Amino acid sequence: MSETYGIIASFPDTPSFFHAAEKVRDAGYKKWDTYSSFPVHGMPAAQGQPRSKVPVFTFCGGILGFTVGTLIVWFMNAYNYPLIVGGKPFFSPVFPFPIMYELTILLSAFGTLGGMFITNLLPQHYNPLFNSEKFLEVSGDRLVIAIEARDGKFDPVATRQFLEEIGGTDIEEVSK
Amino acid sequence: MATTSQDCSMDAAQAELLAKVQPAELHEQALVTNNRDFNWVTDKICRIVETKTPTWWWICMAVALMTASFTGVGLLWLVSSGVGVWGLANPINWGWAIVNFVFWIGIGHAGTLISAVLCLLKQGWRTSINRAAEAMTIFAVVCAGIFPLFHVGRVWFAWWLFPIPNSNGIWPQFRSPLEWDVFAVSTYGTVSVLFWYMGMIPDLGVLRDRAVQRLTKGAYEGAGVLAKGMDIFRKNFYAILAMGWRNAGNHWRNYEMAYLILAGISTPLVLSVHTIVSFDFALAVLPGWHTTIFPPYFVAGAIFSGFGMVLTLMLPLRALYGLHDLITQRHIDNMCKICLGTGSIVGYAYIMEFFIAWYGANPYESFAFINRAFGQYWWAYVMMFSCNVFTPQLFWFKKVRANAALVWIMSIFINVGMWFERFVITVTSLANDFLPSSWGYYSPTMVDILTFFGTFGLFSVLFLLFLRFLPLMPIAEVKFVMPQADPHGHHGDEKGDHN
Repeated sequence: MSETYGIIASFPDTPSFFHAAEKVRDAGYKKWDTYSSFPVHGMPAAQGQPRSKVPVFTFCGGILGFTVGTLIVWFMNAYNYPLIVGGKPFFSPVFPFPIMYELTILLSAFGTLGGMFITNLLPQHYNPLFNSEKFLEVSGDRLVIAIEARDGKFDPVATRQFLEEIGGTDIEEVSK
Repeated sequence: MATTSQDCSMDAAQAELLAKVQPAELHEQALVTNNRDFNWVTDKICRIVETKTPTWWWICMAVALMTASFTGVGLLWLVSSGVGVWGLANPINWGWAIVNFVFWIGIGHAGTLISAVLCLLKQGWRTSINRAAEAMTIFAVVCAGIFPLFHVGRVWFAWWLFPIPNSNGIWPQFRSPLEWDVFAVSTYGTVSVLFWYMGMIPDLGVLRDRAVQRLTKGAYEGAGVLAKGMDIFRKNFYAILAMGWRNAGNHWRNYEMAYLILAGISTPLVLSVHTIVSFDFALAVLPGWHTTIFPPYFVAGAIFSGFGMVLTLMLPLRALYGLHDLITQRHIDNMCKICLGTGSIVGYAYIMEFFIAWYGANPYESFAFINRAFGQYWWAYVMMFSCNVFTPQLFWFKKVRANAALVWIMSIFINVGMWFERFVITVTSLANDFLPSSWGYYSPTMVDILTFFGTFGLFSVLFLLFLRFLPLMPIAEVKFVMPQADPHGHHGDEKGDHN
């Protein structure tokens, strides 16, 4: 048999799933995660996860968009090919504001989506968990907690026992 | 934990207080009715794309393709002959093209409103309609984009609208609201696609997992080779799109943050898009256009027409796919009420324009408005006013809102009325401007008519493809608003149908 990736356990309903996650967190595991087909309210705190880093990417995208928006208007209409239209100034921060505004939004949206992919380490089409039939049922209504073997505290026997203690059923070892 | 004992004492104090005041029980209708469980929701939505294509779909697709070919013919005719084949002639050089553009862009706005603004306002009822409404937005923007694109005449030079270096060494002119429109509409289309796609990732993962499950079980004896082939296709197609999503708590944490931010940036975006569209008119020094009321008036009208279109689309879908437990009477009520609210704002704007035309004491402005209502285009004004102001007022009545067929018919009236609004605004001001010697009357040609009606076919083709290949509703979000998804178990036993 190949190397163990981790152990998965299922939970019967959302409250028990939620409280089990708190117990795994309190037991000091680090390389583990919860799996459910919908976001569970308050789960990041129950898992002891910090605030998401996605806003950083949004902010960078937005700043870039605003700068690009300002610079293209200045470069194109005031520097590279100054064009007299209705006696208006070649450049002003006022009239191109819609351009700056729209590009700010456009690039912050790309930043946000890209940030979501980067922080989630996606795309990642293969994961050992997908080999488990029980894990695929997460897409329906199964609620799963998986503790990975690379966790410092992981022990094939003790971890299995721990998951049983906190109410896990259908406990299964997933190999790499 | 320290908070637990505190919670308990607070609960006790609360219970005591509640026993004393005896609050009235508020009955809020559940968002998913009939105590459905998670698997039912997943099955219901996934089976729309997984089962055999229904016959009505093929019939609708054939009709839609045929209708869409009108646009193809219209555009071919236009490109091979020139913009002269449209009904444009001095002084009316902005006809159906801009009317149709504003009409379709406006329809798109409800999709973004549902997905972004209602998300920020934590309106749980948006969940079952937002995916289809977002799809509607994107397809409406596609239809809208056709008109200005081809109105430039030599469409092969349309890329000059974008700030791309060309051999003439000249650049777009950023002082023009039309150039702002290029940026607003292309940003709107792109961000809508990103938002739509990101919202779909978890559901695409569900479709992928279900295909893998079926392939592993391999129960295809009765179904034949085609069913298995389709599942192999689905497994790969959805796997590529789902990007390896695995429903992890960590995924959801970043996903929810990203979703919230996209909702947050789409909200000012949707307001800015129709504001900039209204600048196309408001920045021109023409009576009837040059008014400061235009941006809010256009945005309200856009939301109004968009919700009209959402009702037009969702009511038949609800009946065809039996989605009554997911799109409940509460959803329809809310959509009708938004139509009522925005329709009333639009009605207020119509009247306020008249008031300001009189109060402003500008003879040209007064003439423009009297001419709009009683001049040569009075029939268009009557259509606009009756459809947009009177129709939604019927939504005050619960009986009207509860009658799906009637609501559907009224939603069509709203669509028609909003098209006429854009026609009235565009054409009346141009036809009778400052110099009576240059007045004219605008009539569309066959090419105008073919091109416009064809876009309904194009829209339907895209929407039907969406129905067949992508999840119609955000499964994860629908589950999230169900009582079983509450991690604190704050739901009565009567609803406890979970797992």
